[in-house]
Amino acid sequence: MTETAIPTRKSQGAVLALGLIGLAVAVVAVSFFSVTVGARPVSLDTIWQALTAFDANSTDHRIIWDLRLPRTLVGLMVGASLGLAGAVLQGATRNPLADPSILGIHSGAAVFVVLGVAVFGITQLSAYVWLAFAGAGAAMLVVYAIASLGREGATPIKLALAGAAMTAAMQSITSAILLTSPRTLDEIRFWQVGSLVGRGMDVVTQVAPFLAVGIVLALFTARMLDGLSMGEDVARSLGQNVNRSRAVAGLAAVVLAGGATAAAGPIAFVGLTVPHVARAITGPNYRWILPYSMLLAPILLLGADIIGRIIAPPGEVQVGIVTAVIGAPFFIALVRRRKLASL
Amino acid sequence: MSDAVLTVRHIRQNLASRRRVVSLGLTLALLVTFALALYLGDYAVPPSGVIQSLLSPLTGMANKGVDFIVLNVRLPRATLAVLTGASFALSGIIFQTLLRNPLASPDIIGISHGASAAAVVCIVLFGMTGFGVSLGALAGAVLTALIIYVLSWRNGVTAYRVVLIGIGMAAIMMAVVSYLFTRARLVEVQQALAWLVGSLNAANRADIIPLAIAMLVLLPITMALSRVLDALQLGDDTASALGARVETARLGLMLAGVAYAAFATAAVGPVAFVAFVSGPIARNLLNGAGKGFVQAALVGALVMLGSDLVAQHVIPAVQLPVGVVTGLLGAAFLIWLLIVSNRAGRVN
Repeated sequence: MTETAIPTRKSQGAVLALGLIGLAVAVVAVSFFSVTVGARPVSLDTIWQALTAFDANSTDHRIIWDLRLPRTLVGLMVGASLGLAGAVLQGATRNPLADPSILGIHSGAAVFVVLGVAVFGITQLSAYVWLAFAGAGAAMLVVYAIASLGREGATPIKLALAGAAMTAAMQSITSAILLTSPRTLDEIRFWQVGSLVGRGMDVVTQVAPFLAVGIVLALFTARMLDGLSMGEDVARSLGQNVNRSRAVAGLAAVVLAGGATAAAGPIAFVGLTVPHVARAITGPNYRWILPYSMLLAPILLLGADIIGRIIAPPGEVQVGIVTAVIGAPFFIALVRRRKLASL
Repeated sequence: MSDAVLTVRHIRQNLASRRRVVSLGLTLALLVTFALALYLGDYAVPPSGVIQSLLSPLTGMANKGVDFIVLNVRLPRATLAVLTGASFALSGIIFQTLLRNPLASPDIIGISHGASAAAVVCIVLFGMTGFGVSLGALAGAVLTALIIYVLSWRNGVTAYRVVLIGIGMAAIMMAVVSYLFTRARLVEVQQALAWLVGSLNAANRADIIPLAIAMLVLLPITMALSRVLDALQLGDDTASALGARVETARLGLMLAGVAYAAFATAAVGPVAFVAFVSGPIARNLLNGAGKGFVQAALVGALVMLGSDLVAQHVIPAVQLPVGVVTGLLGAAFLIWLLIVSNRAGRVN
């Protein structure tokens, strides 16, 4: 029995590893298109020149360096972070609906940004980054503190309920401010869609260190999540510290989702659905789900961003809208066709 | 043997009395809040005046000014709060129970989003107000629910698939709202946002009638079908092995759940989180003593009515929409319960 089982498992691993390489190639391809496609046609030669011999006086060079390159980098980072954050949260809470928006991270970020705009009159995108990050962190900290009170610690159901309660409270405050301050509403309605437009290199360098730490941390949680997925009692009897696992997973998710929200605004769909797609391909093993989520999400996000640029000339459609409108039917079709590995 | 029987009987009696205490407590709280809702307001009416007005159809003692305030302003508003609160709560607990997921209330799995998208389309694209928007929201909720159900159907419907397809639909509907928000004029966005937050400020008798009729039809159906839920809690296979007509009962309950959400949303807008919090709050209070449908409805009515009172009176001269407060009040209530039950070391 074992002799036949081991090779099949190995060959499955080989297929999945090949798939991972294929996805990595796809990420590179999407990034290439993200740099080359845009409202203003820029030839490949010019792009190459811009990258190798930058000329500050050339408009084309400036477009590549100031607009398309940072936008692509933000898309890559935010996509990878959202995919990982969603996968980690779903694994840690064992709930298919868990994602940064339901666990209070998005609404916490939104409250801080809204307060910043309404009370302090902040309107620069680079200031939003810090506000959103602080809000996301504060929200998740409170959620975790509430959920982990008591003997049994932060159980999945308490995390989910505390997160949803937090979301409710934060959304109340947000709508109260927006209803009374039209100026803030006018500013926020564009931020809360989720977009990669207007994010310069400053945003990239602000967020990149956090996301890098978060990505590494998240990839290290795979073993813990596999343990948790068998149920707490099994995980405990295998010698796993369940509470510590959840704390590490939660920290990784906050850093990732907080950073991503800071950079691109609250994009709900990616973190929620990409892990399910990854799970449909790989099966229930988090050592594969995590890297697959990390590569699938930026393909979705950058792909949607490129489509958003060309779909409604001369304007653009924000990436948050395109991901949902294109991604959701695809996701629904997948859910219908596959026999899904449930959580 | 007889010891075991006695223990079981003892536990059953305990559970039944817990149910009664919770229901009674919630009903009392609701009555007190309702009385406050009739009494409080900018136009001072003494308690005796309120009672006189309420009895005036019987006694024929009319006092035009006071009667108008009490019977045409405060009474419809409080009644609508109770009805919508109970409807949202029942809708929420039906879906949370059917889909076996505490997060799966209609404001998470797409039904409220369908109503919202339809309403925002009505407001922004067609410049509609009032009744037209309500009708649009009703149609949007029902249509979205229908699409979710049809798409989830594949030799039967599994909870997991409904949840996933629901969040897919929710994403599309939210994208429609966001898109219209970025394209519309600020005035229309403000109007749409006010509807999305949900408010009882314009409550009148005409809003109550469709919802009241819907509830009169739905409540007996819900209570009859909810008996099957006990079996459904054990899982689909066990339930059908026990002879429960799983698919029929579930379809019936889902239709009822959609109808509750749709009619309540049409009446007051998608008021945040009443559907979501009422079920968990009722369950926490009951602590294992029953499904909590009735108690959830009472909690929903209480949260809605209490929130509206707070919304009207917390800031003098400012009428906040009720949806701003339900989120805060519901969240505070749920968090308090989580903390209390944690301290006692109870397991939910």
